[in-house]
Amino acid sequence: MAFGVVASGGPECHLFSGCGFPAPGAEIFQFDAVLSFTIGGLAFNISKVTILLFLAVVVILGFFGYAFRKPKLVPRGAQNVGELGYLFIRDGIVRETIGKGGDKFIPFLFSFFFLVWILNFWGVVPGAQLPVTSIFAIPVTFAIIVYVTWVPLGIYKQGFVGFFKNIMFPPGVPKAMYILLTPIELISNFLVRPFTHAVRLFANMFAGHLLLATFSVAAFYLLSFSVIGILGSAASFSLAVLLTGFEAFIQALQAYIFTLLAAVYIGSALHAEH
Amino acid sequence: MFEFATLLAAESEEMPSVLAVPLDELIIGLIAFLIVFGGLAKFVLPKIKVTLDERANLIEGGLERAGKAEEEAAAVLAEYQKQLAGAREEASAIRTAAQADRTAIIEEARNEARSAAAVVTASAEAAMAAERAQAVAALTRQVGELALTLADKVVGEALANDARVAATVDSFIADLERAAAN
Repeated sequence: MAFGVVASGGPECHLFSGCGFPAPGAEIFQFDAVLSFTIGGLAFNISKVTILLFLAVVVILGFFGYAFRKPKLVPRGAQNVGELGYLFIRDGIVRETIGKGGDKFIPFLFSFFFLVWILNFWGVVPGAQLPVTSIFAIPVTFAIIVYVTWVPLGIYKQGFVGFFKNIMFPPGVPKAMYILLTPIELISNFLVRPFTHAVRLFANMFAGHLLLATFSVAAFYLLSFSVIGILGSAASFSLAVLLTGFEAFIQALQAYIFTLLAAVYIGSALHAEH
Repeated sequence: MFEFATLLAAESEEMPSVLAVPLDELIIGLIAFLIVFGGLAKFVLPKIKVTLDERANLIEGGLERAGKAEEEAAAVLAEYQKQLAGAREEASAIRTAAQADRTAIIEEARNEARSAAAVVTASAEAAMAAERAQAVAALTRQVGELALTLADKVVGEALANDARVAATVDSFIADLERAAAN
C-alpha cells in the first residue's frame, strides 16, 4: 500500500519542495469497505483485508486440493511440494512437540501454519502488499481458536481438577514456592499466553509492514535533484528491497512460531509436564 | 516501535486504533479458518495421510521381506553345513567300521584255518590210532595162532580139539592183550 501512502502525501511531495515527510502511520492499516452488509444487527465490512483473507483460503484449498487430488505412492510435481509441507508439520512440529499421539491434530496445525503463512506472505506480494495478520483482529481470532481448543482439551484429558492442579502446582518445587509460583503460573498460562500468542504475530507483521512502507515512502520522498536526495533515495530503495527479502523470512518464521506454540499448548493439555 | 506509541496516541482523533478488534473481523477470521480447516481436514489431508501410510507400509514390508529372505538364506546355509558335517561324520564312521570289519574278517579266517587244521590233525590221529589198534589186534591174533601152531606142533595133534587147550590159549591171548593195552 506504499503507493496509497505516497499518494496521501501527494505525487509532487518531494524533498525541498516545501513538503514535509509524509510518514506512514495507522492509516496504512485502515481500508475502506468495498461492500457492507448487516446480519443480525452486526455490520460486516468487506475490505481489502477480507478479500486477501479469503484469497488465502482459496489459495490454500486450491493448492493442496490440487496437489493431493490423486496422491500417488511415488509422488511427483505438486504432490512432492505438498508432501514436503505435510511432513514439515507432521515431523517438524507435531511429532517433535506432542509426539505420535498428536497426529490427529495435524490438520488443525497444518491449517494454522499455511493460513498464517499465506496471510503474512501477502505483505510482500506486489499488488497485495498487506500482511493480513497485521490487522490485530486476525491474530486475535487465531489465538482465541487455539485457546478454546487447548483449555477444554486439557480439562477433558486430565480432568478439571487435574488440569488446573498440573498448571498451578508444577511438581518438583518446594512447597513454600507455590505462594509465589501459583499466581504466576495461573496468570501466565491463562491470561498472558493467549495475549502474547496473538500479539507476537501481530506486532512482527505490523512493524515489518510499517518498516517497508516507511522506506518505500522515503525512497519516493527523497527522490530530488540534490546529492542528499539521490543518495538518500537510493539507500532507502535498497533498504526497502533488502527488508522485503528479510520480511519474507520473518513471515515464514512467525507462521512457524505461531504453529509451534499452538502445538506446545495442545501438547501440554494432552499430557501434563512431569 | 516509536511509531506504535504515536499510532496509539493518534487513535483518539478520528481513526480507530490498530489494536481495535471489531467483532465482524473476528467472525470473518473464524469463518476463514473454519473453511480452511474443514476443507483440509475433511477432503484433502486424509488422502495424503492414507498415501503416506501406504508408502510407509510398503517400505516396511519390503524391509521385512528382505530380512526374511536373509534369514531363510542363513537357515539354508546352516542346514547345508549341518548336512556336510553329517556326511563327513558318516564317512569317517564307515571308514572306522570297515577297518574293524577287516580285522574281524582276518581274525575269523585265521580261526577257521586253525580249526580246519585241527580237524585234519585229529582225523589223521584217529585214523592212525584205529590202524594201530587194528594192527595190534591182527598181530595179537596172528601171534596167538602162531603160538597155537607152535604148541600144537610141540604137544601133538591130539590136543588140538581139547577144550582145556582152547581155554589156555584164550587166557594167554587175554594176557597178551592186557600186556598190549599196558
